Amino acid sequence: MKYIIAIIQPHKLEEVKQALEEVEVNLMTVSTVLGRGRQKGHTEVYRGVKEVGTLLKKVKLEIAVNEDFVEPTVGAIVKGARTGEVGDGKIFILDLFDVVRISSGERGGKAIG
Amino acid sequence: MNAGDTTWVLVSTALVFLMTPGVAFFYGGLARRKNILSLLMQCFFIVCLVSLQWVLFGYSLSFGPDMGKGLIGGLEWAGLRGVGFDPNPDYAATIPHLSFMMFQAMFAIITPALMVGAFAERIKFSAFAVLVLLWTTLVYDPIAHWVWGVGGWLRDIGALDFAGGIVVHVSSGVSALVMAVLIGRRLGYEKQVFVPHNLPLTVLGGSLLWFGWFGFNGGSALGAGGLAANAFVTTNTATAAAGLTWALVEWQQHGTPTVLGVVTGALAGLVAITPACGFVSPMSAIAIGILAAVFCYLAVTVMKPRLRYDDSLDVFGVHGIGGIWGTVATGLFAERAINGGGADGLFFGNVHLFLAQGVYLIACVTYAAAMTWVLFKFVDALFGVRVKKQEELVGLDLTQHHEAAYTVLE
Repeated sequence: MKYIIAIIQPHKLEEVKQALEEVEVNLMTVSTVLGRGRQKGHTEVYRGVKEVGTLLKKVKLEIAVNEDFVEPTVGAIVKGARTGEVGDGKIFILDLFDVVRISSGERGGKAIG
Repeated sequence: MNAGDTTWVLVSTALVFLMTPGVAFFYGGLARRKNILSLLMQCFFIVCLVSLQWVLFGYSLSFGPDMGKGLIGGLEWAGLRGVGFDPNPDYAATIPHLSFMMFQAMFAIITPALMVGAFAERIKFSAFAVLVLLWTTLVYDPIAHWVWGVGGWLRDIGALDFAGGIVVHVSSGVSALVMAVLIGRRLGYEKQVFVPHNLPLTVLGGSLLWFGWFGFNGGSALGAGGLAANAFVTTNTATAAAGLTWALVEWQQHGTPTVLGVVTGALAGLVAITPACGFVSPMSAIAIGILAAVFCYLAVTVMKPRLRYDDSLDVFGVHGIGGIWGTVATGLFAERAINGGGADGLFFGNVHLFLAQGVYLIACVTYAAAMTWVLFKFVDALFGVRVKKQEELVGLDLTQHHEAAYTVLE
């Protein structure tokens, strides 16, 4: 089992969701986060005071999958989120030790989907 | 007694009332999210505190019979004794004395509320409450008496202040600067940019201020006639010119105009036209507005960082500088053709008014600065004005009021 964390552009969320649905991955946790990568953020000006390198709004997706869903999931996120520009985001793939479905108490691969 | 005049002054009173919540939202949006309630609270608390101070003794100190030498009113009108339905012809011959008193109450309320932006995000609430009561009684009330009270010494030298450029804006702006310096810079000053947490609230507050200012300036005619209309037109025109100018200056300096810039510019224009609005023509108002934006922009973006005082939300930069410019501008642009009860300014061939405005400024700036310094030191010695370091880091909403403006979890 793998735990996939993807940081993407906020306006790409809809396309990523659609791409994930096409490969039958429907479960995800989404949050709004702030971050900064190679593009070094925006410049903001308030009454002449400049703030350089402000953190940018990003969307974070977290998806737990069984091994055979790893590549389709990663592929769908890349397909939905890529523009080819700096700032498209990153995907992190972590080993997942165990899963518990709270309602039934099921564990592991059965509990994941 | 005139029903039209009375109606207009009563409506104007309600308009001016709305400016204090307007200031609260203007400042609240500029603060960080952990401090917005403290600013709303300080302004709302001032409405309650000064309303009572005014009817109990503040109005009498400001407008009551002079105690001699033109420095302060006596206590004959304390508790509104003798302030009733009949007009007081010395102040306003066609409206009830009570409604003149109430109109003036709104000015006494908004003046300390303007100052809260200077010591924002680091003042202890208890000390703040005492400081405001002392300041209103010992700075605002005397200055209001000098300028507007019968027998006041500045009223008699021929200076002009139509709606409170000096009494309200210069006095609060200068006092705010003194307090900002004495209370010290916020933690993190120059290490971080204090980013406004909710600019839409600031725009809402700025809009309420502009709206209420029609009562502030138009109502200061104390009657429903041509003079009120002139004040109305010059107020809107100067404000528009100043907002536009600030935006254009930013466009040139930073490549794009900002929302905060256009609202700040408009506020600078409102302040600057205040002393002049009943004495100048609409065309002069355009010049006053444009220069108000330029002077205040320089004060906020060049002078403040160079001198390194943390006037957090630019009370001095906008109200102090804007009010000083408006007072000087009245001495330049005033014309008797607009208001026969006024005087001609320097541009209309009269030096006397210009000099009187100078005396007027020096007296009020000196007195407000010195008395504010004394009051601040006094309250600081008694209670300590600044919150503890940990309280400042956590924020005033939680530490001073045990409340939070925004919840993260349901």
